Amino acid sequence: MPHNLDITALVIFVALFLLVTVIGFLAGRWRSGDLDTLHEWGLGGRQFGTWVTWFLVGGDIYTAYTFIAVPALVFGAGAIGFFAVPYTIIVFPILFLVFPRLWAVAKKHNYITPADFARGRYGSGGLALAIALTGILATMPYIALQLVGIQTVIAAMGIGGVSALARDIPLIIAFVILAVYTYQSGLRAPALIAVVKDFLIYVTVIVAIIYIPIQLGGFGNIFDAAAKALPQNDPPGALLPQGAAGFSAYATLALGSAMALFLYPHALTGVFSASSGNAIRRNASLLSAYSLALGFIALLGYMAIAAGIKPETPNFAVPDLFIKFFPSWFEGIAFAAIAIGALVPAAIMSIAAANLFTRNIYKEYLRPNISDREESQVAKITSLVVKLGALFFVLFLPTQYAIQLQLLGGVWILQTLPTIVIGLYTRWFHRWALIAGWAVGMITGTAMAASQGFSSIFPLSIGGFSFSAYASLYALIANLIVAVILTLVFAAMGDAGGEDETSQADYVDEEEAEQAATEEVAH
Amino acid sequence: MENRPSNGAGNGGERRIWSWWYLLLLLPFLGLLYPPLYAFEEPRLIGVPFFYWYQLAWLFITATLTTIVFRATR
Repeated sequence: MPHNLDITALVIFVALFLLVTVIGFLAGRWRSGDLDTLHEWGLGGRQFGTWVTWFLVGGDIYTAYTFIAVPALVFGAGAIGFFAVPYTIIVFPILFLVFPRLWAVAKKHNYITPADFARGRYGSGGLALAIALTGILATMPYIALQLVGIQTVIAAMGIGGVSALARDIPLIIAFVILAVYTYQSGLRAPALIAVVKDFLIYVTVIVAIIYIPIQLGGFGNIFDAAAKALPQNDPPGALLPQGAAGFSAYATLALGSAMALFLYPHALTGVFSASSGNAIRRNASLLSAYSLALGFIALLGYMAIAAGIKPETPNFAVPDLFIKFFPSWFEGIAFAAIAIGALVPAAIMSIAAANLFTRNIYKEYLRPNISDREESQVAKITSLVVKLGALFFVLFLPTQYAIQLQLLGGVWILQTLPTIVIGLYTRWFHRWALIAGWAVGMITGTAMAASQGFSSIFPLSIGGFSFSAYASLYALIANLIVAVILTLVFAAMGDAGGEDETSQADYVDEEEAEQAATEEVAH
Repeated sequence: MENRPSNGAGNGGERRIWSWWYLLLLLPFLGLLYPPLYAFEEPRLIGVPFFYWYQLAWLFITATLTTIVFRATR
């Protein structure tokens, strides 16, 4: 549908945008520390308690692109898009069990990035480089997709319908603002802005999930309309996953995405910046509030079907639904929620990528004797470069490339699981075996996705039996097989690998250790 | 902390902190990763097909389970 310029919506949108800009600039003074150290700029001083961590990690996971893409997938394909719900449920037991260990060892050895951990655990700069490159590569298209989210709501408000340049200017302004306050305030800026973002998003979701179904005659009507319309799509969609291939695709997408989520550098930044292991454990239950919101947002895709929305592209399904049902002023609030929902993760992602470059590439290979001040300076400048790269990506390349790269990013980042997650429990693997496994996983996963025209589901046939699953899991299996075999080979050759600077006790945070000590006394 | 052996090679550092309560956290995986278990339209709840409300229900169950495990192991 055509988008007309809506002044009321625009005024509210701009006002809210200015509000978060001011917050972004003032954030540097909040719980102030020396922003000339990377620890303060890039991790907020590792002092965020349960609530700030909740906002920060929530801002990481539920991004503008999620709010646009998940309902768009549900709108076009139906049930498969709902995999985001089991995905964001099973991710929390994983967060609870695994990541307090990473937090503890990172705190003890002042690790700022996952690659720092790889370097310390395996004494290998090469392995750290592989982890850092994977992280940067997986993060860049993700930032680009946040810009696509902003672009979508700007276009939905009818700005710059006439020329491409007029359409891009608001996006460029938004990004310059984002870049400057991230440079100045570091991780504190997205942490504070996330509070405003969440407030706006929860208000929008609650209103939408109550008001729109009433207008459409209840959920029964909405699902009936979707069940009728979905099979007419090309390719046909369905209200329920269909057959063995549909089931396995659904389950492996959920599992693979959940295993990958906390390997992303931006999600790990949220973990590292927490003040304690218990702040992370508490969040494993509290973060499910976002999953509920995400489930409701996914259902907006069906509401758009039932409301007879005919968007230019599926990405406009939710914006067009809001335009149809909401008054202009509330439309402004809803669109601001989505756009600000892009700024928070984009800032955290660029900080995470900057930390990786500075610690594991610049300091490791270019300037080993770098001072704290210089280190944080390099990171600040890198965060600008990373964002500029994403901006150019969105302005000059078809969006399709960013989507395909983001999909590959999910496949790639999972290949760091053996080093990071298994490495938290055992040092059994040899560093060169991990590097070889990583390379095999990266190549296998990329080839599988590319062979399917950048679809993430790969139908693997063995002996006439075909099993459709998320390519990242197949790649991870190949990765692990290579890593296990080569580790055995190195062990047979009597090569134990590099120095491990961590010890068992480093993986247990103080609360956990205290509790264990009390139990020991009691027995 | 100070009087505990800090090295992984020592017996103190080898102690695994494991609790049987953690097994509760397996339930969401069992409940959600086998879709034939719940890919049905009926029974509906306020018009929402079973497939959708079943998974949203697991959200509350999982939040409760993690809270229980957190309290029990603290």
